[in-house]
Amino acid sequence: MKAGPWLFLGLWGLACAAPPADVLVFGRGSDSVGLDPALENDGESFKVCDNLYETLVTYDEQSTAIRPLLAHSWRVSPDRLVWTFHLRSGVSFHDGTPFNAAAMLFSLGRQFYPDHPHHQVRGAFKYWKDMGMDDIVAGMEAPDDSTFVVRLKEPNAPFLSNLAMNFCAAVSPRAVEQYGDDYFRHPVGTGPFRLVEWRKDERLVLERHEGYWGEKARLRRLIFKPVPDPSMRFLELVTGAVQGIDDLNPELIPQVQGDPSLRLLTQPGMNVGYLAMNMDKPPFDNRLVRLALNCAIDKQALVDHFYQGLAQVAKNPIPPTIWGYNDTLAAYPYDPERAKELLGQAGFPNGFETELWAMPVSRPYMPQPDKIAQAIQADLAKVGVRAQIVQWEWGTYLDKLGNGEHPLALLGWVGDNGDPDNFLYVLLDLAAAEKPAANIAFYRSEEVHQLLSEARRQPDQAARAHLYRRAQELIHRDAPWVPLVHATQTITFARPVQGFALHPTGSHWFHRVSLDR
Amino acid sequence: MRLFILKRLALALPTFAGISVLVFLMIHLVPGDPAQIMLGERADAQSVAALRAELGLDQPLYVQFTRFCADLLRGDLGYSLHTHEPVSAELARRFPATCELTFCGMLLAVGLGVGAGVLAAVRRGGLLDYLCMVGATAGISIPIFWLALMLVLLLGVQMPLLPISGRISAHLDFVPRTHFYLLDALLAGDWRALGDLLRHLVLPALALSTVPLAVIARMTRASLLEVLGEDYVRTAWAKGLRERQVIWRHALKNAFIPVLTVIALEFGYLLGGAIITETVFSWPGVGRWLFLAVQARDFRAVQGGVLLLAGVFIIVNLIADLLYAWLDPRIKYEK
Repeated sequence: MKAGPWLFLGLWGLACAAPPADVLVFGRGSDSVGLDPALENDGESFKVCDNLYETLVTYDEQSTAIRPLLAHSWRVSPDRLVWTFHLRSGVSFHDGTPFNAAAMLFSLGRQFYPDHPHHQVRGAFKYWKDMGMDDIVAGMEAPDDSTFVVRLKEPNAPFLSNLAMNFCAAVSPRAVEQYGDDYFRHPVGTGPFRLVEWRKDERLVLERHEGYWGEKARLRRLIFKPVPDPSMRFLELVTGAVQGIDDLNPELIPQVQGDPSLRLLTQPGMNVGYLAMNMDKPPFDNRLVRLALNCAIDKQALVDHFYQGLAQVAKNPIPPTIWGYNDTLAAYPYDPERAKELLGQAGFPNGFETELWAMPVSRPYMPQPDKIAQAIQADLAKVGVRAQIVQWEWGTYLDKLGNGEHPLALLGWVGDNGDPDNFLYVLLDLAAAEKPAANIAFYRSEEVHQLLSEARRQPDQAARAHLYRRAQELIHRDAPWVPLVHATQTITFARPVQGFALHPTGSHWFHRVSLDR
Repeated sequence: MRLFILKRLALALPTFAGISVLVFLMIHLVPGDPAQIMLGERADAQSVAALRAELGLDQPLYVQFTRFCADLLRGDLGYSLHTHEPVSAELARRFPATCELTFCGMLLAVGLGVGAGVLAAVRRGGLLDYLCMVGATAGISIPIFWLALMLVLLLGVQMPLLPISGRISAHLDFVPRTHFYLLDALLAGDWRALGDLLRHLVLPALALSTVPLAVIARMTRASLLEVLGEDYVRTAWAKGLRERQVIWRHALKNAFIPVLTVIALEFGYLLGGAIITETVFSWPGVGRWLFLAVQARDFRAVQGGVLLLAGVFIIVNLIADLLYAWLDPRIKYEK
């Protein structure tokens, strides 16, 4: 009986040990859904896949420009239809299977060929479909071990950026064959880390892949721990139970900045929050009205009040971290007097009444849409535009926007592949204005369409960047949107953690991270 | 007795069926198309239609309901829309975590609650009675999430004595066999893991137990006071029995029937309260899973989770009914 308290204290003391110095525990909002890079479509799954898998090409460390990875070089045929990738040698998967063109053909072929033995899967290859790969790709082959060829239906340059995305990663054919439908729990890639344990909702443990072909990871172990509550996640960091967290509550920023034991990294995210003006509905078919609204809204105030400064005022539809961003354009200034003048010229000296539709849910690009809508409503009232705020349930909201039932609506976009096409063509091309539309401004410019289509065909990035800059000029002139903000992404680490760099795509690469204890 | 159990079980069936209907209707009649919500900004008409067809949402409600019932009878709760795993497998993995937490919470609530109630009743009108009842009133009134955060700030952050989230430290290697981790660690003789598990249990169990603790304490006090005035207790005193015997053996046993009812009801509360507690403390149980499922509109997961909790609640109440007879021999379960 007397041994009881001692036993208890002993257990207590035994349990208090700190994690070893080459192990990093990272706290995040929720667990991964699965780890088959072609099947998943949630950020928490990709966060892990980033470290397990590799793709033919990848993004530059600071931008979304493309550089070689599993392919050391590639060339495009003169008709721009055949892309030949030359693969790196001496690369193997975590299970020892050699990486070669056949493995690449397997990884992409299972998503493309309907008769592929691993094409029928639970849930379907959503990203392959969503990125339009079935419409882009005509076929693929592996003429020899180190050459992988993709034939396209028509010239398409953004295709290369798609190849840098997780869904195009190389998976071990042997592992997919072995585990079948269960592969998402037993991922095998060529990346710097391999999976050793996954207890759902508790921890996901990666270990350094000792046979990695490149510079080996510095951490021996990388553990992902889901902590759904943002405040608790922060406290976990403060108490040292985890050494890094993401999605920091903006209200905690000053606290993090004032704590010498913590380090906050920020970067403009690859997203945009915007106010779309439905050009199919008067008075928004009038360019002067649209310009007036661009001058009437105080975007800086939105950033200061609703993003705690963690956002950048937008002047273009694409964020500045994407190549092809046109920085020479002068943003419309916040100038209510000028807005009133423009409204007068447009024939609305006393303003007009309209509806302002706002999202019912918080999104990465707009954390408090209802409050932002109220601020915009107040700004518009100052120039005589009396807007009534309208909200629908989220599913209905999207449905109605696609049908063009709104006059003014708030929405946004988070980019996928870091290519300007993924913003401009998807959101503002006339092809996207067909109902149900993603172009909810119903902006139909033949000129812009020509530029965006040419940029899709053109393989040279410099030439494409030029076309996109020109397209942004035209969009700026026509002003179908009020581009509002690009929300900033953040990540917070304990001071000893070194070597992490945020990337515009939101990728979480940990192979250079070390702990300087 | 056997007949009574059978009758009660037979009664439990319509209750369960009613809950199934309610759960089904609740999730299907609230506005919003789960397919559209799941696809978000990227939704185009074809993918929404395809997803609706895949989920069977394009069928009339009665067809969906018939299918739901047929699946339920086969024990098939379907696949979670979010994780693509069978709901039953997800529940089987998480339920043990909820059980461990609820059990520990209940242990605290009953142990401390009955103790405080008895103390207050015996020292009626004294300082102890006053303190216990003020504490109990506070315990009932404090919102559980606030209390949880206060416990975290005080015992986890200001005085970093206890871990604040999860079931076991993330860096600790531990191979569970049954998902009942305490049992696994004990059987494997893994004392380090056992200590870590116990440390992780303290704060969530404490937060979870407050409301039931307070209710049980008040009920015990009230019920015991009533019994203490009865003739047979006076007789016991007159016989010269010791206080401990009179209170614990004679009075409390009779006073315990309403307390037991409250405990059974509070058990249901604990399962519900586990949703908040598990979410705050990142406890990987059914409650947190349900919370996330509601947010993601994962209706199959919600159906499965609610049905499981409802089933447990029904069974616990049945057990309480059976315990009455043991406590009070005057209660007979016949015809």
